[in-house]
Amino acid sequence: MAVYKRTYKSFTGILTPEWSRLLVIPRYAWASLFQQRFLTILYVLCFFYPLGAALVIYLNSNLDFLRQYIPIRQGGLLQIDGMFFFTFTGVQATLAFILTAFIGPGLMSPDLMHNALPLYFCRPLTRTQYIAGKMLVLTGLLSAITWVPGLLLFLLQASLAPVEWFKTNYWIAGSIVGGFLLWIVLISLMALALSAWVRWKVIAGALMLVVLFVGAGLSQMIKEVMRSDWGQYLDIVSNMTRVWMQMYGVQAEHPLSLEESVMALAAFSALFLLLISQKVKPFEVVRG
Amino acid sequence: MTSPPVIELEQLTVRLGNREILKGLTGQLKARTIGLLGPNGAGKSTLIQTLLGFIQPTSGTARILGHDIRSERSAVHGLVGYMPENDSFISHMSAVGFVRYMAELSGLPAEAALERAHEALFYVGLGEARYRKLGDYSLGMKQMAKLAQAIVHGPKLVILDEPTNGLDPAARVRMVKLIQEMRDSGSVNLVLCSHLLKDVEETCEEVLILKGGRLVHVSNLAEERRMNKRFLELETQGSRNGFLDAAREIGCECADLGNGRVKLVLGDGVEVKEIYRLAGERDLQLRRLSHRRDSLEDIFLRAMENND
Repeated sequence: MAVYKRTYKSFTGILTPEWSRLLVIPRYAWASLFQQRFLTILYVLCFFYPLGAALVIYLNSNLDFLRQYIPIRQGGLLQIDGMFFFTFTGVQATLAFILTAFIGPGLMSPDLMHNALPLYFCRPLTRTQYIAGKMLVLTGLLSAITWVPGLLLFLLQASLAPVEWFKTNYWIAGSIVGGFLLWIVLISLMALALSAWVRWKVIAGALMLVVLFVGAGLSQMIKEVMRSDWGQYLDIVSNMTRVWMQMYGVQAEHPLSLEESVMALAAFSALFLLLISQKVKPFEVVRG
Repeated sequence: MTSPPVIELEQLTVRLGNREILKGLTGQLKARTIGLLGPNGAGKSTLIQTLLGFIQPTSGTARILGHDIRSERSAVHGLVGYMPENDSFISHMSAVGFVRYMAELSGLPAEAALERAHEALFYVGLGEARYRKLGDYSLGMKQMAKLAQAIVHGPKLVILDEPTNGLDPAARVRMVKLIQEMRDSGSVNLVLCSHLLKDVEETCEEVLILKGGRLVHVSNLAEERRMNKRFLELETQGSRNGFLDAAREIGCECADLGNGRVKLVLGDGVEVKEIYRLAGERDLQLRRLSHRRDSLEDIFLRAMENND
């Protein structure tokens, strides 16, 4: 319809499939996020460590070239194994968390601030799809700086190292994907929960750090005062590290068993989901 | 094949907490524009939210254009456009971005969504301001933007909750005109929830009046207006006996109220000029002849009084 023909008209074209509509949410969110220069720079910075790691893997497989310039011991530059990817996971997970603290709080709060949820839910879009769409904003962005480069590093190493390396370490690929996805889901849920409950972006971002550090602090306090390890359940990072240690085959002391850490993380995820579902409603009943 | 009613209520009951908000509503609404009336707390907004699937009925059900709100929620949402009463927008988005976003969420492909977002914003009169952020809009402009997002995907039914809320007189007239235009386009049904009887009277063909969660009156305004035109009140001077008999003979119902006053309901096919003719033939002076003016306010007040 031309602009000058101003009249009401039904839409007679073909509609997009219903399942695809939740993808509209991340598409618009990404477009909006990358208009912010600071976030774009931060996002680009997140790729520096994987690039450095790729360089290390390459050089480690081309020691003869390096030996021309620096003396290198017989065993090689460093060993590319579970521990290498465990360290990689730790660094990228930290960057992912920082990125989430900046992006996450702005995902739901603008919708809640001006009561936009009824506009979503009066359309063929369910609450689950809405939350999944918002989750996709973070999982998409974070995947690109975590398990995707991790997997590329693994493939790079597998292509450069003798085939025996792959035969011994093929399971690392699963650990990279699984370990990062667990972290991404956990911090995405945390960000959305805080975004839903705290409408000021800056405060919600700060609260993410608080949740992380207060948990660790409380855990340490309980340990010192009560001589008990149960405070460790409150430390999200410690629990996640315990799971990663198991996944990457890293042997180190940890006060909690794998099962206990998994349970703690599951409880945190359930809590965050509950908080989200409490707020993501098309309307609030005011009980008089 | 007859088209299904726009809204069909079947013992619709909604309970929130310990309070029963809607109490077994039953009825059919078929007109192109339906007004939803009632005093504060009557359950108008709850009914709208139930029809939209935001609230689950405790018992009973409702159908929108033949689709059950319980079992065919997605289909219902595909047919409906909704303009909420309160502020509902995303402040950091431009109007065109916001309306396009909403269109895409309704299932329009990206290009069509953009085209229709421009069209919808021009249609509601925000064409020149469509690139401004919604957060910077005035109240009237926000109302228009809400209307644009409600119609951008070309729904079959548009639900407007207090569309003229907070508008200045000029903006109110513009909004009412838009609603009338949509009604007259013939391609959309409208449900207008308002406490302003004038808005409903100017735009709606059928009204549903709620009170205390009960449906107290359903009225076809067009029918009422037709009926009103057939209802006359006369003030006469002179003998009326022959006149009343003659009027009855041509099919009118008459009542002599005394003091020269007569109430008269015109029979089918009888025009007012027939009454003038009968009076003239009998030298009866008609000092005054008026149609009954049963305004929506009268209907509303009667519905309220009858159900006290």
